[in-house]
Amino acid sequence: MLDVVNLSHTYGEGPNAHQALGGIDLKVAEGEMVCVVGPSGCGKSTLLRSIAGLIRPTEGQIRIRETTVADTPGDLAVVFQDYSRSLFPWMSVGDNVALPLRRRGKDRTARRAAAAEALEEVGLAAASSKFPWELSGGMQQRVAIARALAYRPSLLLMDEPFGSVDAQTREDLEDLVLKVREHHRMTVLLITHDIDESVYVGDRVVVLTRSPARVAGELSVDLPFPRDQIATRELPAFVHLRAEVGRLVRAKKESPPVQV
Amino acid sequence: MTTTVEGQTTRGMRAGLLAVLARVWLVPIAVAAWELGTRQAGSTYFPPPSQILARMYELWFSGPAAHLFLTDGALGDFLPSLARLFGGWALACVLGIGLGVALGRSRKLSGYIDPLVEFGRAIPPPTLIPLFIILFKMGTQMQVATIVYGVIWPILINTIDGARHVDRVHADTAQAFGLGRAQRLFRIILPAAGPKIFAGVRLSLSLAVILMVVSELVGSTNGIGYQLMFTQQNFDLSGMWGAIVLLGVLGFVLNASFLVVERRVLSWHRRARQTT
Amino acid sequence: MIDRRVVVRGAAGAAVLLIAAELAGRSGLIDPVLLPPMSTVLAGAAGLLADPEFLTDLWGTVIVWATGLLTAIVIAVPLGVLLGTLPRAELAARPLVEFMRPIPSVALLPLVTLLIPYDHGVKITVIVYAAVWPVLINTMYGLRDVDPVAKETLRSFGFGRLAVLARVSVPSAAPFVLTGVRLAAATGLIVAISAELVAGGTDGIGAFMIRAGSGYRTDLILAATLWAGILGLLANMLLVRVQRWAFRWHTERTGA
Ligand SMILES: Nc1ncnc2c1ncn2[C@@H]1O[C@H](COP(=O)(O)OP(=O)(O)OP(=O)(O)O)[C@@H](O)[C@H]1O
Ligand SMILES: [Mg+2]
Repeated sequence: MLDVVNLSHTYGEGPNAHQALGGIDLKVAEGEMVCVVGPSGCGKSTLLRSIAGLIRPTEGQIRIRETTVADTPGDLAVVFQDYSRSLFPWMSVGDNVALPLRRRGKDRTARRAAAAEALEEVGLAAASSKFPWELSGGMQQRVAIARALAYRPSLLLMDEPFGSVDAQTREDLEDLVLKVREHHRMTVLLITHDIDESVYVGDRVVVLTRSPARVAGELSVDLPFPRDQIATRELPAFVHLRAEVGRLVRAKKESPPVQV
Repeated sequence: MTTTVEGQTTRGMRAGLLAVLARVWLVPIAVAAWELGTRQAGSTYFPPPSQILARMYELWFSGPAAHLFLTDGALGDFLPSLARLFGGWALACVLGIGLGVALGRSRKLSGYIDPLVEFGRAIPPPTLIPLFIILFKMGTQMQVATIVYGVIWPILINTIDGARHVDRVHADTAQAFGLGRAQRLFRIILPAAGPKIFAGVRLSLSLAVILMVVSELVGSTNGIGYQLMFTQQNFDLSGMWGAIVLLGVLGFVLNASFLVVERRVLSWHRRARQTT
Repeated sequence: MIDRRVVVRGAAGAAVLLIAAELAGRSGLIDPVLLPPMSTVLAGAAGLLADPEFLTDLWGTVIVWATGLLTAIVIAVPLGVLLGTLPRAELAARPLVEFMRPIPSVALLPLVTLLIPYDHGVKITVIVYAAVWPVLINTMYGLRDVDPVAKETLRSFGFGRLAVLARVSVPSAAPFVLTGVRLAAATGLIVAISAELVAGGTDGIGAFMIRAGSGYRTDLILAATLWAGILGLLANMLLVRVQRWAFRWHTERTGA
């Protein structure tokens, strides 16, 4: 599905240049849910922006379903880290969610219905006619997620989507993403800095090194489905995986990539 | 129960009345002082406001009811003035916003055009009147050209600024969800630049009044500016003061009605800023 | 550091416009009497600099403009400080301001010419009337916008109201005042030239243009327009410089 080959990106030129990505190789299979973890500022958002075709990486290649990404691919949705800035303050919540659906060639009523359904899924059915800035931070985040879900992309990119919500909502949203992916057979790439979260939702966890980011190692998560916030987290396998990811994250930059 | 509620509403009304009084008490005092002062002085150049109002009524507002009480003179002066004002202003808005979005969104294009814009807006618009008089002869064309040239700059500059600084996450979101050109323009860029554009358009409205008057003073055979010149030459000072008052009212009404529209259109912006 | 590409593009844009105007004039597409070729205009503009008559006119405009602007500042800043610190006075004065401000100052020209026989006095009066408003409004706005914490800090050290006004309120409102002055300078130049065009007078760029216009000398009109533009550009550049230099702390804080 997604194939990232030797991806490097350097911001700026000359003495101010900053290399954010230092040769990343990453494969995501159809229907897979991959979590990317890495320290703050290592280049996770840069990786996501490159995949979404929002910046042109200085080196390397990105292929989605065997076609090289040059411009923004059509069948992809993004939940940005800056969720509050990613919603348009001049549109109601419902319009925000419905806007991208124009591209799907749906008529007005179909768009409305799809938006209402997605808002229902994130538990915000009542907020449709409100404006984004009338909602709390966590609610805005859920609107951004609803917008991505309503679009029904075959590839969903999420950049720390549960960053600023309370623990309870966060768990609900994690389960929501798991459910939706199951339901609509989406491929998901989820970026997070929360190790527990990556193990809980992922089929596979990819750990990045400090800037310039490289793949420090990856683990496949073979925990049973459906996952449960209490039961899954109690499993010895979960505790073990969590420790493994933690070790990779903390590993010194110089150490060679580990395969587990 | 009911008495307290009533007490509260009367108290509320009294508070509201006091608030209004605190705003307007100076106006009657100023008008009274003006009336008394001018009567005392008895100068021909400063007729008392009552006399100005009487003359305004006589000149413009004593017409038949079918014409909204406007006299033929009023129709002959107001309509051409307003037509030029709004015609020029609307044209400038269309040109300024269109060009501004293009320049704001394309670094390349703005690289070529920016210096010309900088120079163009530095030229004081009335300096072009003599040129426009030769090019277009006296009359409406020349006046509209002056207004368009003069008021386009604040619109253009603000639109460029607003369109250029669309929030990056907004732009990225639009791109990631693959919105087409037209949708990006009408649903993202224009609304995002809206507050800036409106500020420029409002500034341009008051400039348009100035330029309307200048162009009518210099080369016209009708309009409020012409009326100003005509009354001065006939030493009709009350009529001249009347025209000045009329222009003040016109500017005030234009600005106030524009603010109403702006509040409507940009309510999201005002309210979003209040909450954060 | 300025990007070299930007300079090249800007020069290219200006060159294309000049060449197009030149060709339009030469090819007879536009009657050269109405719109002479650019080279003639540029030569004319250079020639004007050696023309003592034009220099007197240019100087006349500058003097009237500068005097008007300074007078407006002297009137508007204290008034703005007063109204900005006394909210009740401001509330009461606002309807008067809102009514007087939109009266285009050029509309006062016919009246002022009757009142003041002295030609520069007429022009200065209308410039002052136009330039007072932006300075007044910005001063008031700046004073209202002063950070209350800064004021209270000083109050808590036992400074009186006047000391707070002088040490906190006025300095932190100063950038707004200067923005107002910049706006006033632009409006002032517009009004100065309008007044010269309407009221004529002995000197001024506008008076020069009327004379050139009556002789159908479009090349001279355009050349004078060019200089008027340069005058406006210089004045704005100067004020921007002053603003940047005097209020570095302000731009650094707001990142503007
Ligand atoms: N537009 C830019 N210009 C220059 N440098 C940038 C830019 N965007 C990001 N960087 C730099 O690139 C590096 C990686 O940034 P990135 O946003 O990808 O990090 P991140 O892993 O997403 O961090 P976080 O977890 O805090 O979101 C950082 O050091 C950052 O300073
Ligand atoms: Mg990030």
